[in-house]
Amino acid sequence: MTILAFSAVLGLASFAAGLLGAMTGLGGGFVIIPLLVVAFGVDIRYAIGASLLSVIATSSGAAAAYVREGFSNIKLGMVLEIATTIGALSGAMLAAHIPTQELAIVFGLVLLCSAYLSGHRARETAGGAAPDRLAVALQLDSTYPTPEGPRLYHVRHIPIGFGLMYMAGVLSGLLGIGSGAVKVLSMDQAMRLPFKVSTTTSNFMIGVTAAASAGVYLHRGYIDPGLGMPVVLGVLAGSMLGARLLNDASTRWLRVIFVWVIVALACEMLYSGVTGQV
Amino acid sequence: MVANAWTDKEFDVRLGRVLRAGVLLAAIVVSFGGVVYLVRHGHAVPEYHVFRGEPGDLRSVSGVVSDAWSLSGRGLIQLGLLLLIGTPVARVLFSVVGFLEQRNWMYVAITLFVLALLAYGLMNG
Repeated sequence: MTILAFSAVLGLASFAAGLLGAMTGLGGGFVIIPLLVVAFGVDIRYAIGASLLSVIATSSGAAAAYVREGFSNIKLGMVLEIATTIGALSGAMLAAHIPTQELAIVFGLVLLCSAYLSGHRARETAGGAAPDRLAVALQLDSTYPTPEGPRLYHVRHIPIGFGLMYMAGVLSGLLGIGSGAVKVLSMDQAMRLPFKVSTTTSNFMIGVTAAASAGVYLHRGYIDPGLGMPVVLGVLAGSMLGARLLNDASTRWLRVIFVWVIVALACEMLYSGVTGQV
Repeated sequence: MVANAWTDKEFDVRLGRVLRAGVLLAAIVVSFGGVVYLVRHGHAVPEYHVFRGEPGDLRSVSGVVSDAWSLSGRGLIQLGLLLLIGTPVARVLFSVVGFLEQRNWMYVAITLFVLALLAYGLMNG
C-alpha cells in the first residue's frame, strides 16, 4: 500500500471513529490505538502519539457545543487539572520504561473497564447535603441550569476526587487516551456532582491533560506527521458531524454496538499483547 | 460568594472561541502540509510497523518551525499538530487572564501552576 492509499483509508477509519464516538458520547480516541495497531500494523508507540492528538482534537472541538449549555465548572476543572497534568506527565515518563507487550495488555484491560463503565451508567447521586468546608474555601460550589431555573450543588470529597484524577492522568499519559470514563466516574460518584456537570467538566479537562503528555511524546519522537495528519483530520470531521447529528433517542442502539466494538478491540489487543505480536 | 455570580458562563463562551479558532487553524495547517506531503511522497510505502522515532528536527518546537519554514510537508503537518497541542495550553493561558480580571488571586495562582506543568511537558519532555 502506498502512503496515499494508507492515508486515505486511515482518514476514513478515523472519520468513522470520530463520528461514532461523538454520537454515542464515548469519544473516538481509544478506538484509534487498536485500529492502528491491529488493523494497520503500526507500532503501539506511534499509535499512542496519534491517539493523544485525536483526543485533543475531539475535546477541543466538542467544547464549543458544551459551552452553550453552560454546565462546566471551570474552577473545579482547574483545581483537578493540577492532579491530571501531574498524572499525565508521570504516565508519559513511565511509558518509556514499559515493554510494548505489557502496554498492549494494560490498554486492553483499561478498554474493557471503560466499556463496562459506559454500559452501566450510574444513577444521579447529587444530593442537597450540607456544604463541604474545603469546597467552600476553594469557591467550588456552583449552580447548573434546570427547567425550573438554576440549581445549587455542592462539591464533596475533594481529596478522593483529586486522587482519582491523578490516576486518570496517569492512564491518559501512559496509554494516550482521554480517560473520560474515569474522570466522569470520579466526579459524579466520588465528588457527587450532577451528571451533566461531570461530563462537560471532564471534557474541559481532557484536552489539557492530553496536551501535558503530548509534549513529552513529541520530544520522544512518538508523534509522526504521516499518521497524525489523517487521524486528526478524520476524527475532527467525524466528531463535528457526529455532534450535529446528536439525538439521544436514536443513539441507544449505536451505543450498544459501539460498546461491543470496543470489547472486541480490547480482546484483540489483549491477544496480541499476550502472544507478543505487538 | 460573589465569585460564583458569573457562573463561568461568559468566561466559558470566550474560552470556547479560543478553542475553536485554535482547532480550525491547526486543521488548516495540517491539511496544507498534508497536500504537500502526499504530492511529494504519496507513492512511497509507509513503514510504521517498526518503531524508529522521529528525526531530531521533528521533536522540538524550534526544529518543527524551521522545517515548516522551508515548506517541508512533514514539517508543516507537525507545525499544525503543535498548534493543536497548543490549543488547550492557550485556553489555560486565557483563564489566567480571566481570573486576573476578577482579581481572584487564588485561582490566578492555581492556573499559573497548571500552565507551568504544561510548559514543562512541552519544553523538557
